[in-house]
Amino acid sequence: MKKNHKFRNKTIPLLTTVSPITIWLILLVAAPLIYVFYLSFQSTDGYSVVYKLTLSNYKELFNPTYLEIYSNSFVLAVLTTVFSVLFGYPFAYHMARASGKKKALMMMLLMIPFWTNSMIRLNGWKTILGKTGLLNTVLEKLHLINAPLEILYTRGAVLLGMVYILFPYMVLPLFASIDKLDFGLLEASNDLGANKVKTFLHVTMPLTFPGIFSGTILVFIPSLGYFFVSDIMGGGKSQLIGNLIENQFKAANNWPLGAAFSMLLIILIIIIVSIYKKCGGDIKDLGVM
Amino acid sequence: MTGDKKAIVTIKNVNKKYGENHVVHDLSLDIYEGEFLTMLGPSGCGKTTLLRMIGGFEEATSGQILIEGENVEDKEPFERNVNTVFQSYALFPHLNIYNNIAYGLKMKKVAKAEIKDRVQAMLELVQLNGYDKRFPTQLSGGQKQRVAIARALINNPKVLLLDEPLGALDLKLRKEMQLELKNLQKKLGITFIYVTHDQEEALTMSDRIAIMYQGYLDQLDTPEGIYEKPKTKFVADFIGESNIFDATVKAGTNDTVILSMEVGSALGKASSDMTFEESEMVYACVRPEKLKFSKQPVEGFGIKGVVKEQIYVGNIIKSNIVIESGQTLKLSRMDMDEIPKVGQVINIYWDLEDVVIMKSSAHIIHNVIENVNLGGV
Repeated sequence: MKKNHKFRNKTIPLLTTVSPITIWLILLVAAPLIYVFYLSFQSTDGYSVVYKLTLSNYKELFNPTYLEIYSNSFVLAVLTTVFSVLFGYPFAYHMARASGKKKALMMMLLMIPFWTNSMIRLNGWKTILGKTGLLNTVLEKLHLINAPLEILYTRGAVLLGMVYILFPYMVLPLFASIDKLDFGLLEASNDLGANKVKTFLHVTMPLTFPGIFSGTILVFIPSLGYFFVSDIMGGGKSQLIGNLIENQFKAANNWPLGAAFSMLLIILIIIIVSIYKKCGGDIKDLGVM
Repeated sequence: MTGDKKAIVTIKNVNKKYGENHVVHDLSLDIYEGEFLTMLGPSGCGKTTLLRMIGGFEEATSGQILIEGENVEDKEPFERNVNTVFQSYALFPHLNIYNNIAYGLKMKKVAKAEIKDRVQAMLELVQLNGYDKRFPTQLSGGQKQRVAIARALINNPKVLLLDEPLGALDLKLRKEMQLELKNLQKKLGITFIYVTHDQEEALTMSDRIAIMYQGYLDQLDTPEGIYEKPKTKFVADFIGESNIFDATVKAGTNDTVILSMEVGSALGKASSDMTFEESEMVYACVRPEKLKFSKQPVEGFGIKGVVKEQIYVGNIIKSNIVIESGQTLKLSRMDMDEIPKVGQVINIYWDLEDVVIMKSSAHIIHNVIENVNLGGV
């Protein structure tokens, strides 16, 4: 049959090219997520998972101790995002306006640490900020301080670590949208009576808003879940949603509750991304990850 | 041109250098109130740089720019009574047409009701009634151009700077916009300083044309003056078509100059204020429509040539005539009866007043030397 033959001819190459990716996605993304979803409705006997349906894990999510951790996490994520924009915008702006060589250099300075393992880089910060670290030693030698400063293992240190790790996620989308900006528009604005500040508020910022928006999403979401940053920089003292999940799976051995926390985070992310889409954001712009 | 016009923009010995690159050379120029002045030249001649210096986007390396008699060196673009229409329109893509046009007034905190009236008046002026809610991407090139003009004009500038505003439009639309712009300028009576590399555009629209070449102001004159009496070889070549001969002055009475050329002698009449030294190098320029030919030799002229080809361009017939030096002369006629035949040997001459004799100014000699070096090796 001719028709059938034609159909087979098209399907087989298509299947062979697409199926590895599909299988990969099903096995490594969809299946674990479905399992986590399933797990979040199971019970535990204190040692291992008991496969009995329950909603108690979700009830447990509203425990006041956890509520405080959520709010800590949220505040930290907001602060991380704000500081990333504050430092990232000038950096991205200068990078976009720099000449070829300087632009390449700035991009290199941004990307090379980005490709290095983040744990190693965070531990590098420990050697600088620690009690006997570089910063304290130098300040003491200069007689600027008498006793070492407590910087490491504070919330400030966690914030610093978060901003440091997530900085490129903010700069890259910002750079992409500032680089597209027609600088003739700034001259036109200047010509029409706007000084630098007004030009920034009325032209530069509105036109680079997609970059700010994507950068915010790309920084805000991971900063809720990067437990290792608070582990390393906060010494485990400041708990975040990410740490909560880690603890349930490891120390507390309560997988179903850990799964419920994970679902909470996933729902939060879905809400944020939906808002992003509703406000006209392009999912493709988030592809920087 | 009437004698006593008031200068609104005065450019005094302005130089602009980018590192080693000398873009504008010691340029001085008065631009009068209410005139349409075009700065014309090939790309890289410094015309846009000069315009940007008047607008306040570039700083002169030395020299002064006065607007309404005031030195504007330290003034921001918006502190000058001047607005610019940018080459790429530079409309704000995130604002609709109303807000684009209103931008300047909003920045100056003009009352809302007044803004509304003035934007409406501008929309009418540029014939874009009812387009106020649209965004720039929804407009055609010509419409964007009108918005850019309205956005600049709403600020009531004394001088409007236009940087190749019609460059991106197709030929037909460009011709329409040329007339529209010219009419607009007449109607408003403000000064337009217009930058273009299109000589036809310049001739059509301008009261005066400033021809720039390699950072120098070669000639500043009315379109007629520039066409009829080019002052430099570059101007003669750039504006319209011309036949340019390298010549030396053999002898000159006040009225008739005897020119010696590679291909033979010729006669010409220099303007009364020119004096020549013996054997001075000059250029002699004759427009194709002024070139004459005859079968018999003409007294005083020794140029012979062969008609090589003829091209019919609608209403005129162009003939290319190769003379003994290898140079190709252009001859154009409106009438079929007046043209030589292809292959015919003819004697070239011209009426004495139809030749323009130009001195070789310093930078042009320099160019000649450069060209010789390039060609000679």
